Amino acid sequence: MSGVREVTVIPLGTHPRDVSLEELRSGIEQILPVRITIRPRPVDIDSALDASRKQYHSTSVLALLLQQAEPHTERLLGITPYDLFVPVLTFVFGQAQLNNLAAVFSTFRLHNEFYGIPRSGEQLAARCLKEALHELGHTFGLRHCIDHPCVMNSSTYVEDIDLKPADFCLPCREHLEIVL
Amino acid sequence: MTAFDPSDITIMIVDDEPSVRQSLAAWFEDDGYSIVTAQNAAEALQCMQEHSVDIILLDIKMPGMDGLALQDRIREFNQQVIIIIITAFATVDTAVRALKAGAFDYTTKPVDPDELSHLVLNAVDKIRLQRENLALRESIDHLQFVDDIIGESGPMQQVLELVKTVAPTDSTVLILGESGTGKELIARAIHMNSRRRYFPIIPVNCGALPESLLESELFGHEKGAFTGAQYRRKGKFEMAQGGSLFLDEIGTLSLKSQIDLLRVLEDREFHRLGGERTVKADFRLICATNVDLEKEVKSAVFREDLYYRVNVFTITLPPLRERRADIPLLASHFVERHARSMNRPAPELSSEAMDVLLTHDWPGNVRELENAIERAVVINKTGIITPDDLPVQVGRNSVPPRGSSLSEMEEEHISHMLEENNWNISRTAEKLGIDRVTLYNKIEKYGLKRPE
Ligand SMILES: [Zn+2]
Ligand SMILES: [Zn+2]
Repeated sequence: MSGVREVTVIPLGTHPRDVSLEELRSGIEQILPVRITIRPRPVDIDSALDASRKQYHSTSVLALLLQQAEPHTERLLGITPYDLFVPVLTFVFGQAQLNNLAAVFSTFRLHNEFYGIPRSGEQLAARCLKEALHELGHTFGLRHCIDHPCVMNSSTYVEDIDLKPADFCLPCREHLEIVL
Repeated sequence: MTAFDPSDITIMIVDDEPSVRQSLAAWFEDDGYSIVTAQNAAEALQCMQEHSVDIILLDIKMPGMDGLALQDRIREFNQQVIIIIITAFATVDTAVRALKAGAFDYTTKPVDPDELSHLVLNAVDKIRLQRENLALRESIDHLQFVDDIIGESGPMQQVLELVKTVAPTDSTVLILGESGTGKELIARAIHMNSRRRYFPIIPVNCGALPESLLESELFGHEKGAFTGAQYRRKGKFEMAQGGSLFLDEIGTLSLKSQIDLLRVLEDREFHRLGGERTVKADFRLICATNVDLEKEVKSAVFREDLYYRVNVFTITLPPLRERRADIPLLASHFVERHARSMNRPAPELSSEAMDVLLTHDWPGNVRELENAIERAVVINKTGIITPDDLPVQVGRNSVPPRGSSLSEMEEEHISHMLEENNWNISRTAEKLGIDRVTLYNKIEKYGLKRPE
């Protein structure tokens, strides 16, 4: 892999509960040849709130995130404890610009407590890492992977996330080696 | 059988709201489908002349010609295209009208991501069947997606022949083999070479969960099924819808869970915990075990009726020591893989190291071999793996002690691994390639004690 990409991780709204951004950073850096910078101060995303749905419109959140870009910025990864949606869907775990700058994911539905099962910090951290890798994968041009167990498998349910590995399959890795 | 490429399928999104068109387009583009959009009936009809559209996601309420009228118009010249109605204003009446007029399915906004992806996968499955005419096909010439199954030895070739035979049949399969022989890989190979491969294969390790959790895990629950259940949770039976369910270590199921499973297999439907609605159980069942189920039936630990249900077509995986010819191939495959995932050049295996690998007895089978290689790649600094880079027990136990029974060897191996890992159960289980529950059972079975 050629150069190391800079990825800026930015908390959106407020810091997600029970999530260590440091742990997330080292997790991502073990899998992807990127260098992570964490912005300590959360960015305000109130204008993306849809009051009637009590959720945040993820496309608007991405637009707000993009305002944080600086000239040298290569990738922005937003992480928020708030629930995200797009108009047709009841929710989304995250959203990314395919082959472009920004991606966001929400920890709202990654907590076990949300489903009425005992909380597990270990599971939460693993899910966050997979979501982060998945959305970053999209920003590096990867689509959903269907042929192999892979972090780019599409997940529409939290159990889907648990089932996939926190790593890229060989074909996806080969794609990343070309673009990174 | 050719690999499936989602870009061969064109989805047209018809909705007057730009944000809906945009978000649906982005959603399905991530899956790799080809997408066209139209904001009204006129544009939609135009689009259908220019593109060969396979699936239409159609909004009912649009200014001008509404969705139902557009569906009627399309049906006049195209019977093939699959129409899925997505509307904000659902009434039973319009739903019935749409379906009668030939809609494939019907859903309301906002839709669950999971439901939407299943609606479309069902449609894709139908298209694929039409295109490939797979329903008529009974055998396959080449196995696909088996790159991870390494083995040119006779025993492995026989296994792959069996996979080839059974994969396209939808028959229940029972995979037998010691821990670490790669039963899940074989289950995946069967799934990926069946007509269900565009739906997921859902693995469940029956031994890894206590009975109390297994029920909710398999059946899922409705919102409010018990205190704390704020949201509906989908169980593995439901997640496997359309695809395959892989029950690993089926021999560890409690008698109660066996009855539950048997009922689902017989009725082909089930209820979520705390739910009234029946959910269809449309999956192919693939089971695996490392115990002798027939013996378990005789001792009444495993139900005979369930045994006959799962024991339809059996594939037995050879332990690694019975296919030593594959060790060099496997070893270099794992060296390659782990070097790659650590972004390092692949080290070479010295012939002394290879001798050790070839003579070791591998009670943990392929998984033990992989762990040994991974460790060697991690600690190796010179670019050439020597016996010193291999775990101690691999070098030490390379010649199996004469006259000792399999279980004596297992006991010795497990107790050695426990010592090596300071009795850290998770780590030891991982190194042995078994889950923690199995490890606890073995510790109990052999009466192993942690040194004071
Ligand atoms: Zn995705
Ligand atoms: Zn992949």
